[in-house]
Amino acid sequence: MASKGSESFLGRTWDYITETQVWKSIFRHGMPTTNRNRALAVMSNVFLHLHPVKIRKSGIRLKFTWCMGGLTFFLFLVETFTGLLLMFYYRPTVAYAYMDIVDLAEQVPLGVMRELHRWGAHAMVISVWLHMFRVFMTGSYKPPREFNWNVGVILLVLTLLLSFTGYLLPWDQLAIWAITVGSNMARATPLLGHEGPGAQLLALGEVPLVHAGSDARFALLGGRFVGESALLRFYVLHCLGIPLVAATLMAVHFWRVRKDGGISGPM
Amino acid sequence: MAEEKGGAAQETNAPGSSLSRRAFFWALPLGWSAFAASMTAGLVATGRFMFPNVLFEPPQAFKVGFPGEYNVGEVDERWKDAFGVWIVREASGFYALLATCTHLGCSPNWLAAENKFKCPCHGSGFYRSGVNFEGPAPRPLERVRVVLADDGQILVDKSKKFQQEKGEWGSPESYLSV
Repeated sequence: MASKGSESFLGRTWDYITETQVWKSIFRHGMPTTNRNRALAVMSNVFLHLHPVKIRKSGIRLKFTWCMGGLTFFLFLVETFTGLLLMFYYRPTVAYAYMDIVDLAEQVPLGVMRELHRWGAHAMVISVWLHMFRVFMTGSYKPPREFNWNVGVILLVLTLLLSFTGYLLPWDQLAIWAITVGSNMARATPLLGHEGPGAQLLALGEVPLVHAGSDARFALLGGRFVGESALLRFYVLHCLGIPLVAATLMAVHFWRVRKDGGISGPM
Repeated sequence: MAEEKGGAAQETNAPGSSLSRRAFFWALPLGWSAFAASMTAGLVATGRFMFPNVLFEPPQAFKVGFPGEYNVGEVDERWKDAFGVWIVREASGFYALLATCTHLGCSPNWLAAENKFKCPCHGSGFYRSGVNFEGPAPRPLERVRVVLADDGQILVDKSKKFQQEKGEWGSPESYLSV
């Protein structure tokens, strides 16, 4: 621990603080002035240790990486935070949903949280596509990285599903009809949709097992049409279900990049 | 040893253990099978959980009044908002059209002045019979089961659909002759 001479007041105060038990309990290493301490500062911190201690110069070349993956993750965090704030004022019921969104713009201070969330969503979809495009153009999907590419595709689908489920929550005309049209597609699922191919195969004699009140679309909406149940289900999927799955897959996705030696590394 | 070689049916315990080797052999398969079975049961139960037993929706079958309450030659909209059907009375009887556009599922509007159903989403147009004639709708509007209830009222049952393109508009329950 570098300590100034005991002459200056600041020096003496600093020396005192850094030798207290409280300080030593929080910072279990010295000042990051040696390579060892620099490494320890990162590795012994739960937040910092998610980053590698060192990165290649190529990893921060914007011409190589576009930084779109990082941007997407940042936007995911923005969406999580703005979404959390919106949850303090929004109630996912037919009686309250629409007016709560109106109130978020008119009554809540600043009135811009819903818009920030929406712009973040648009930006995240755009950045995810740009990231995918960049990964393709740099050939970073080639062996042995095929699995991570596939994880990325699933993350893309999850991003679009987040947009889809979130779209219903304002409960306006745009929301209801968009989700009606979108969820109607589930009727045509093979075997599991009541208007899809093979639905008649899953029948116990005369009793159809897959009908309008029991197929995949019914499970998605919690009913025969987009109503109170659909709103609640989509809310739960949007705020909890899909983000949890996405966070898990993101952990896998980032881990794979780390284990390959970091972003933008040679093959 | 000599006794164990010939004793195929003998159960010899290992020294200090109350479990025979034969019994121990089944410990792992049985244990893992029980675990797998319980996990599968949990998964199935979770799946079943997602299908509600109770729906807070308007009933599929409902009475719409007596035939005398409807005028001949009219498309009646009184049940459209609550139940999503139009009641159409012709000289020879009644039929009920499902107010769901066959393109992507929006609710069309009945334009009495132009004698057609017109969907506001993408412009699909249907004749009063339900047959599609303009716009992206690929098939006619669906008719639903319409019968006379015991008390003389008309009963509409949305759980049974009749599609013209399948030749089902000839079915007796798709048309109420009154």
